[in-house]
Amino acid sequence: MCLAIPTLITSIEGTSARAEIGGVERTISLALTPEARVGDYVLVHTGFAIGVLDEEEAQETLRLLEELAEFYTGETNGEWRMANDELEMVSAIRNSQSAILR
Amino acid sequence: MKYIDEFRDPQLARTLLANTRARSTQPVRFMEFCGGHTHAIFRHGLRQMLPPTVKLRSGPGCPVCVTASADLDRAIALAKLPDVLITTFGDMLKVPGSHGALQTAKAEGADVRVVYSALDALQIARDHPERAVIFLGVGFETTAPTVAVSILEAEAGGLDNFYVLSLHKLTPPATRAILDAGEVRLSGIIGPGHVTTVIGSRAWEFLPRDYSVPCAVAGFEPLDILRAVAALVEMVESGQPAVVNAYARGVHPEGNRTALDIMHRVFEVSEADWRGLGRMPASGLALRPEYARFDAALAFPVDPGPTREHEGCRCGDVLRGTVEPPDCPLFRRVCTPARPVGPCMVSAEGACAAWYRYGGVDV
Repeated sequence: MCLAIPTLITSIEGTSARAEIGGVERTISLALTPEARVGDYVLVHTGFAIGVLDEEEAQETLRLLEELAEFYTGETNGEWRMANDELEMVSAIRNSQSAILR
Repeated sequence: MKYIDEFRDPQLARTLLANTRARSTQPVRFMEFCGGHTHAIFRHGLRQMLPPTVKLRSGPGCPVCVTASADLDRAIALAKLPDVLITTFGDMLKVPGSHGALQTAKAEGADVRVVYSALDALQIARDHPERAVIFLGVGFETTAPTVAVSILEAEAGGLDNFYVLSLHKLTPPATRAILDAGEVRLSGIIGPGHVTTVIGSRAWEFLPRDYSVPCAVAGFEPLDILRAVAALVEMVESGQPAVVNAYARGVHPEGNRTALDIMHRVFEVSEADWRGLGRMPASGLALRPEYARFDAALAFPVDPGPTREHEGCRCGDVLRGTVEPPDCPLFRRVCTPARPVGPCMVSAEGACAAWYRYGGVDV
């Protein structure tokens, strides 16, 4: 029931907005997110935008994960293993700590 | 950025898993509070991907599931009153009460309508001024503000035939209750993403402070959940429990002030009955006296009689995380989504439904 779907706001009229969800347009309420603007992605829960998604934070999360990925090497027999070089592994863990807990 | 596919990248998922595997030395068990997480975890097969040291356990985060039998019976009794029209989210329809479900009442002639939003219920009230339209207010902090908006709009529009049966519940008290009971040893909590969009990640600071239990607030895509698990493992291994917001794109530390203000304008914190956890103080939301005229419980006092729990159903234990669905003698044999005995098999967020639907491997 706490499902909320990222949805693009295409137009706003008063406290209502038109929003596109998976190619379908519908009206949502902005009563809980008066700060939402056209072009924002909002989390829509039971017809209400409950939060505006922060693109910078989203990019930052992905950037950190990609950085983390650089410390790990390829797939072997379906199992992922750490980089062979032990020093590299230690540094990976140290870096991952800050990336994961940021 | 569409906020979905980017967070399903299998390469990055493997990275996170490799990280967790490399870091995890001690056996841990984390509870995902939210039923939405349970379904995402099963749907994407995440349990099987985690290192053997890391176990997950489903929590009570399914609003329909934690609705007490007595409250459900009351809703069904309301549906049977003349000139009453019940509006509800679809999940509630099939949940068996002591004597039948809402859909049974509907089949017997009660007017029960499924709505997508509390605002749809409000529109039905506008369209049927001759009927008392009752909305079943079921849901956590994610949903309660939306129901509060519907009440404020009913007030502004001078509607006198719209009512809410408030069965709303608060998530931090339930988490506390599970930790206080100590029936299941938990090393960390995966915080409910969309509840926390509203209440803010600071609302979980009591976990490290009072229980030394780390919390990682997670979104609902695989990378979100794996990142939260990685953060929990990191905090356990480093012995530094804290609250990590692993869903920063959708969650602010202070939450959604507008939603919280509206929720608290209309509702006040009250005791509530939880399936599995019993009656708990300060764990639910009741309408404030100023909005008492919208309160279906006051406007339509009904006595549904004593409750009857279904023999053998272990839904309450599943909600407390003390057992997993296959431990229930009824699971899959007697209780199925087509003929559910308990709410955990009905709701799209119920743990039993997730195990059933995705063929839950016992891991």
